[in-house]
Amino acid sequence: MSNTSLATGHEGTLRDQATAYFQRIRSGEMGALPAVSALILLAILFSALSPFFLTKLNFANLFVQSAELAVLACALVFVLLLGEIDLAAGVTAGVGMALFVVLNQKMGIDPLLSVIAALAFGSLTGWIIGFFVAKIRVPSFVVTLGFFLGFQGLQLIMLGDGGIYRVDIPAIQAIMNSNMPEWAGWGMLAIMVVGSFLIALWDRSRRTRTGLATRPISMLFIRLAFMAVLGGIAVAILNENRSVSIKAIAGVPIVIPIVLVIVFIGTFVLDRTLFGRYLYAVGGNPEAGRRAGIDVAKIRIAAFMICSTLAVVSGLLHASRIGSVESTAGRTIVLNGVAAAVVGGVSLFGGRGRMMNAIVGALVISIIDNGLGLIGLPAGINFLVTGGVLVGAATIDALSRKRSGGSILRT
Amino acid sequence: MDTPLIELVGVKKSFGPVDVLKGIDFKAYAGKVTALVGDNGAGKSTLIKGLSGVQPFDEGTVRFDGHDVHIVNPKQASNLGIEVVYQDLALCENLDIVQNMFLGREEVAMGTLDEAAMEFAATKALQSLSVRTVKSVRQKVSSLSGGQRQTVAIGRTVLRNAKLVILDEPTAALGVAQTEQVLNLVRRLADNGIGVIIISHNLADVFQVADFISVLYLGGMVASLATADTNYNDVVGYITGTKSLEGAAS
Repeated sequence: MSNTSLATGHEGTLRDQATAYFQRIRSGEMGALPAVSALILLAILFSALSPFFLTKLNFANLFVQSAELAVLACALVFVLLLGEIDLAAGVTAGVGMALFVVLNQKMGIDPLLSVIAALAFGSLTGWIIGFFVAKIRVPSFVVTLGFFLGFQGLQLIMLGDGGIYRVDIPAIQAIMNSNMPEWAGWGMLAIMVVGSFLIALWDRSRRTRTGLATRPISMLFIRLAFMAVLGGIAVAILNENRSVSIKAIAGVPIVIPIVLVIVFIGTFVLDRTLFGRYLYAVGGNPEAGRRAGIDVAKIRIAAFMICSTLAVVSGLLHASRIGSVESTAGRTIVLNGVAAAVVGGVSLFGGRGRMMNAIVGALVISIIDNGLGLIGLPAGINFLVTGGVLVGAATIDALSRKRSGGSILRT
Repeated sequence: MDTPLIELVGVKKSFGPVDVLKGIDFKAYAGKVTALVGDNGAGKSTLIKGLSGVQPFDEGTVRFDGHDVHIVNPKQASNLGIEVVYQDLALCENLDIVQNMFLGREEVAMGTLDEAAMEFAATKALQSLSVRTVKSVRQKVSSLSGGQRQTVAIGRTVLRNAKLVILDEPTAALGVAQTEQVLNLVRRLADNGIGVIIISHNLADVFQVADFISVLYLGGMVASLATADTNYNDVVGYITGTKSLEGAAS
C-alpha cells in the first residue's frame, strides 16, 4: 500500500475550481453553456430590434408561453437520456386532454378525477410504448411514429372532426392565466435560496464526515448570491403592474412555481436516486448496465412512462393557456420539445443531459418564437430559424461527443 | 505448495458433437498470477466462461478454496468472489470513475445515493493498487485512456472484494507505456493476496507478470509450469503443438 492521494475534483481554491471548469468545457463537456449564451445573445438582439421585447408584459408572457414547452422538454429528457425518442409525446398529451374533456364534459365526472384519469392514461401509454421498445426491441422512432399517427386518429374519433371544447374550470384556467400575490413570489424565491443552501450544507456535512475534501464554501455563496440576485430581479419585475389597460396585472405567474417544482423533482430523481443513476448508465452503455445487474428493460419502460405522464401535464398547461381542447392539439409541439431539449444541451445519443438543459432550451425556442413575432417577420421565418438552431445544436452535440469520446488510446 | 484458490479436475465441456474441453486439470493460487495461454480455438474462452458461470461445465470437479463448488450462473461466481474483466471492460463512458466502479452496487443512505461513501471507498480501492495515473476519481470515463479504463475495471473487482480476478486480454489494445502500467497493476493485485488468472496472446507480457503458465492445446491442458522453470521457446512449442510434455512442474 502506498500513500498516493487521488483527487476528487473538490480540492483547491476558487481559482483551481475555475481552471478545472474551463478545462471541462474545452474537453467537450459544455452542458448548457452554448444555450445560455444563445439566450443572452437573442435577448440582446431582440431588445435592439423591437421596442416591445423588453417590456414587463412581454417578460411575463415569455415565461408563460414557454411553460408548456419546458414541461414537454423535461418529459423528453427521460427518453433522450436513453438515446431513445418519443415522437408521440405531443399527441399523447392531446389524447390525454381529449379524455379529460370526454370524462368531464360529456360524462360529468369530477374535474380532478378527470385530470387523474388523463395522467393515468399517459402512464399507460408510456408503458405500452416502453414495452414495445424495451421488450420487443422495436426502435422507439418507429413505435412512437406509429403512436403519433394512431393517436391523431383517436383525437378525431373522441372529439369529432374539427372538434373543439371550451375548458371553463376556474382552477385549470388559473394555472396559466393567474398570478401569485406579491409576497408569495418573494416567498418562492426565499424557499429556493434557503433550500439550495440547506441541500448544499447537507452534502458538505456528508463529505466532511467521511473525511473527503469539500469545495471552497465561497463557491456556494457565489452561486446562492447569483441565484438571489437574478431571481430577485425577475420577481421584482413580475411583481410590478405590467398591464396596458386599466385592470392591473401583477405577480409571479402561478405556472412558474409549478414548472420549478417539476424541475426540482426531476433533477432530484436523476442526480440522487438509483433510478436516475441507472438511467444514465443504460443510456451510456446498456450492455455494461446489464452486466452490472441493472434490469435494463424495466428502466426503459419507466422512462417512457415518466415521459408520457409529464407530457400530459404539458397538455394540461396548454389547455389552461388557450382555454380549450381541440382535436388537433399536440401535433407540432413535440418537435419543438425535442428541439428545446437538444438546444439546451441534452444529447441525442443518450447518457448526457439534465432537467435545467431542457428549461434553458425551451426558453431559447420560445424567445425565438416570441422575438420574431414581435419584429413582425412572416411565420415562415420562424420555422426556418428554429430549424436552423436545432441543426446547429445537434451539430454541437455531435462534435462535443466526438471530442470527449476521443480515441481510447489517448493518454 | 498450499491449497490452490481454484482447482479444476477433469473438467469437460462440449457443444453438440464438438468437445471443446477434454478433461482439463487447472490450478490457480491466491496471491499469484497464473497465465492461461493457447492458440485461437484452444478452449481458453470456454474455460473462463465455465469459471464465471456464463456457460457451466458439463463434467468435472471445481474446488474453490478447498471446497467443492458447482458454478451454474454468474451471480453465484460473483458471490464466491470470482470477477471477470472482459476485453470490452463494460464501462459507461458518460459516468465518472466512482459511478462506474459502483455500478449496480451503489451505496444508498436514506433513499438517496451516498456519493461521499462511494467516493471514499473507490478512492481507497484505487489507492490499494497504487494508482497514480488518474487525475480525479470524478473524471468521466470518456476522458480516460485505454490503460486508465483497464485500471477502473480492475479497481471495480477490488471494490467487490474479489478473491479471484480473471482478466481477458487486458493489454490487447494498449500501447507500450500503458501495457506496462496495467501489468504493474496486475502484479499489485496479486500482491494484495488476490488470485489472478490472465489470458493473453502476448508471451512477453506473460513472462513479465505471471508466476505460473498453463497452456491449452486443442481442448487439453498440455503444460502447467512455473514461469521460472520454462522459457519462451518451450511455451511457443506447447502452444503450437510441436512440444507435448504432460503436466510438468507445478
